[in-house]
Amino acid sequence: MMLTELTIAAAQGGLRRREFSAEELVGAHVAAIDRLNGRLNAFITVTSEQALDAARRADAILAGGGDAPALTGIPLGIKDLFCTDGVRTTAASRMLEDFVPPYESTVTANLLADGAVFVGKTNLDEFAMGSANITSAFGSVENPWKRAGDAETVLVPGGSSGGSAAAVAARLAMGATGTDTGGSIRQPASYCGIAGIKPTYGRCSRWGTIAFASSLDQAGPMARTVEDCAILLQSMAGFDTRDSTSVDIAVPDYRAACGRSLKGMKVGIPAEYRVAGMPAEIEAAWEQGIAWLRDAGCEIVEVSLPYTKYGLATYYIVAPAECSSNLARYDGVRFGRRVPGASLDELYEATRREGFGAEVRRRILMGTYVLSAGYYDAYYLRAQKVRNLIRKDFENAFQTVDVLLTPTAPSPAFAQGEKMDDPVQMYLNDVFTVPASMAGVPAMSVPAGLSQSGLPLGLQVIGRSFDEESVFAAASALERAAGFTHRPAVRAEVV
Amino acid sequence: MTYLIEGRDGPWELVVGLEVHAQVISQSKLFSGASASYGGEPNTHVSLVDAGFPGMLPVINRECVAQAVRTGLGLKARVNLESRFDRKNYFYADLPTGYQISQFTHPIIGEGAIEIELADGSTRMIGITRLHLEQDAGKSMHDQDPVRSFIDLNRAGVALMEIVSEPDIRSPEEAGAYLRKLRMILRYLGTCDGNMEEGSMRADVNVSVRKAGEPFRTRCEIKNVNSIRYVMQAIEVEAVRQVEIWESGGSVDQETRLFDPARSETRSLRSKEDAHDYRYFPDPDLLPLVIEEAWVQDLAAHLPELPDAKRQRFQDEYGIPRYDAGVLVAEQATADFYETVARGRDPRLAANWVIGDFFAALNRTGRTIQDSPISADALGGMLDLITDGTINGKIAKDVFEEMLESGESAAEIVERKGLRQVTDTGAIDAAVQAVLDKNPDKLAEYRSGKDKLFGFFVGQVMKAMAGKGNPALVNEALKKVL
Repeated sequence: MMLTELTIAAAQGGLRRREFSAEELVGAHVAAIDRLNGRLNAFITVTSEQALDAARRADAILAGGGDAPALTGIPLGIKDLFCTDGVRTTAASRMLEDFVPPYESTVTANLLADGAVFVGKTNLDEFAMGSANITSAFGSVENPWKRAGDAETVLVPGGSSGGSAAAVAARLAMGATGTDTGGSIRQPASYCGIAGIKPTYGRCSRWGTIAFASSLDQAGPMARTVEDCAILLQSMAGFDTRDSTSVDIAVPDYRAACGRSLKGMKVGIPAEYRVAGMPAEIEAAWEQGIAWLRDAGCEIVEVSLPYTKYGLATYYIVAPAECSSNLARYDGVRFGRRVPGASLDELYEATRREGFGAEVRRRILMGTYVLSAGYYDAYYLRAQKVRNLIRKDFENAFQTVDVLLTPTAPSPAFAQGEKMDDPVQMYLNDVFTVPASMAGVPAMSVPAGLSQSGLPLGLQVIGRSFDEESVFAAASALERAAGFTHRPAVRAEVV
Repeated sequence: MTYLIEGRDGPWELVVGLEVHAQVISQSKLFSGASASYGGEPNTHVSLVDAGFPGMLPVINRECVAQAVRTGLGLKARVNLESRFDRKNYFYADLPTGYQISQFTHPIIGEGAIEIELADGSTRMIGITRLHLEQDAGKSMHDQDPVRSFIDLNRAGVALMEIVSEPDIRSPEEAGAYLRKLRMILRYLGTCDGNMEEGSMRADVNVSVRKAGEPFRTRCEIKNVNSIRYVMQAIEVEAVRQVEIWESGGSVDQETRLFDPARSETRSLRSKEDAHDYRYFPDPDLLPLVIEEAWVQDLAAHLPELPDAKRQRFQDEYGIPRYDAGVLVAEQATADFYETVARGRDPRLAANWVIGDFFAALNRTGRTIQDSPISADALGGMLDLITDGTINGKIAKDVFEEMLESGESAAEIVERKGLRQVTDTGAIDAAVQAVLDKNPDKLAEYRSGKDKLFGFFVGQVMKAMAGKGNPALVNEALKKVL
């Protein structure tokens, strides 16, 4: 049995039936990391020893019979944006190169409480700012997928949760945490042929997760199946008094929702997502998805989200504005990197010049600009108003439909080096994912098929606030219909 | 009386508005669980939230909100059931997150007013524009090391109330009266201890001058003045400076200034051009602060009696003069002390003793009402001895002094020293007779019409009785014989 090929759901059963031990399961993934991480660079920090120790403890618990917590012995990758107690947490930035938090984020603490084993901290775009995982101070992540007939070209895994997506796709972890601010879970999931959900804003606590844009950041799971995402989100989600924006709503049984019938479900197809110049293969995958859901008993309804076209522009005002403020704390005074200076201002300048990469600096500059006196009303305030309109768009649509179906990204994974000279081209990767982030509603990417070049394409299911269940139900139906069994060229069992 | 600055070309009027930063009395900080208490070794009252660690989030402290609402109610101000927190962004070493969480556009408290009283007994209403909650910063220490600066974050994140007045203040005296009254209200409410020396109350002073009838001219802000006296001095010298500028044909620049008490002058700190662009925007880590009307009502119902109401009640209930009532309510502890003394006794007698001998004794001994050597009950016990005729007023003064020294009760002292008033008419008559016998000449003068000598005889009798004679009975006995 290839332990690295198992789903989390299957491994849960196998562990409990003692078909294999947690040490074997975790060991197989640690070995795969040893073999492949040098190439993929999916992990910034690998915690093999702690993971194997935790696996042995998990085995003791499983041996005791009784009710072992749901994720006991399940090896996961943790995006290096979640603070982990005693384990270096870098945000893929030079600024936090040696930062070891003395605290555990709520989301990872929830996973640990459920028995999960962390095999390492996954790579990402610096401070989660990027769509290709090329802005990490610890080097780019390689997408384990290859274009058909082209074993050479290195493709990007998407971003910002590119390390998590690559690790899960390449079978270095059974699942991983991601964070999504404008598409950072969904777009890399799409590029790497896995599933990933950004839950409703407020569903997962942000406490202990390094902030990029506070009103948009939301943690979520990435795994190879929709059900595995449901299992992980079940553990990650929940109200947290330490996060004022976390919402006190009971977390339903997500796994059960995956098997729910779609009979009578209304699926909206937003006209505005048919953007000019959309590649035919994306269009085709979308049409295929529509057909699958119709076959599953859904009623397909054309809907309009007229403000969608302003989503990206609005996002690139709101997110940098918040980022410029959130990243002010990295000043070299209390923790993280410090580059000495003759005066306080010089210390700030030297520290931040050396600590932040170009993309982070660009966003801080943009954010500072849009919040400045004389520009605030024209940019930030107007963006907030448009954001409300975008939110209303979704509310209106969800008056008549239960979920929306769209493509996740306008293209499959592209090659490292492409789109890199023009930040706006890069930002366009998020055109389909950003609106749901702006509205705070849950959205999931699920693999739907391969492009002509043999690369995975994802479809996005968007749901009502706090109705992740319908999202899981629709995504599961798509998953079943797609029967996506393709695997990337670079993966654990390939020597 | 109008306060005017006499310039070369006529009088100038003064316009002042005050922004008071009052540290909220609370167990923990505005957005973290760290202790908000004053003092402590540097960096011992600091949570990860206060230090701005990655991923840390603020959570509003309900008690700080309650304190702000109580203060708003005490200032008879509008309580906004929905308010909002904004980030005020600027870099400084003692500001860990790089922004201060404050309330910029939607403060928790709106318009209110404070009535001030001036030395001549006149009163004026000073408008309150708003009160908002915000975080304090930490403290930078530049004098600990030749090259390095040290940072103490104990104060970082402690809740402050910024209380902004309308530009209604027209003289240094009014500014002083406003601050004293505000401090009194805060102390009564228990929302701020008002200790300006410890920095738990600080004032930013906005000063401008104008000719009568003009609209406002450009103002300067004098930052962080830390005593009422300095506020009054700063206003005075700043107004004179501005008048000189206007009269010499210049114009006052809007800027931030500092008051140097040693040289009694204000100095420019930064001009408008150098002013920070704070890039305020709503803090996305915090939801709008929504409070319930019922909760506000409940806080209002449990508000202590405030100085103005108490003063009025003292006048009405105890029949004491307005001035005396004002003196007694200046501090809650004094008012409580007085009420304990006055309860079930002659309230005017009580007021006279508290304001007179008792205050004088505290002054003389350098004590406060909290560590007074004579308790309210002990003073009351002494008043009881006066009222029931055990001692007379003159003996009472001696007993009071003795109480002050020994800490004994009045009754014990009277008993031990045999100071009980003599009401035995036989003893009084005997003393009267002895005095008359000893002063035949004076008696003759009196009988020949020198009525004024009556007082002499009273004095002699009291002296003969070592002050213990009942004054009324002594008078009576003398009149009878004479």
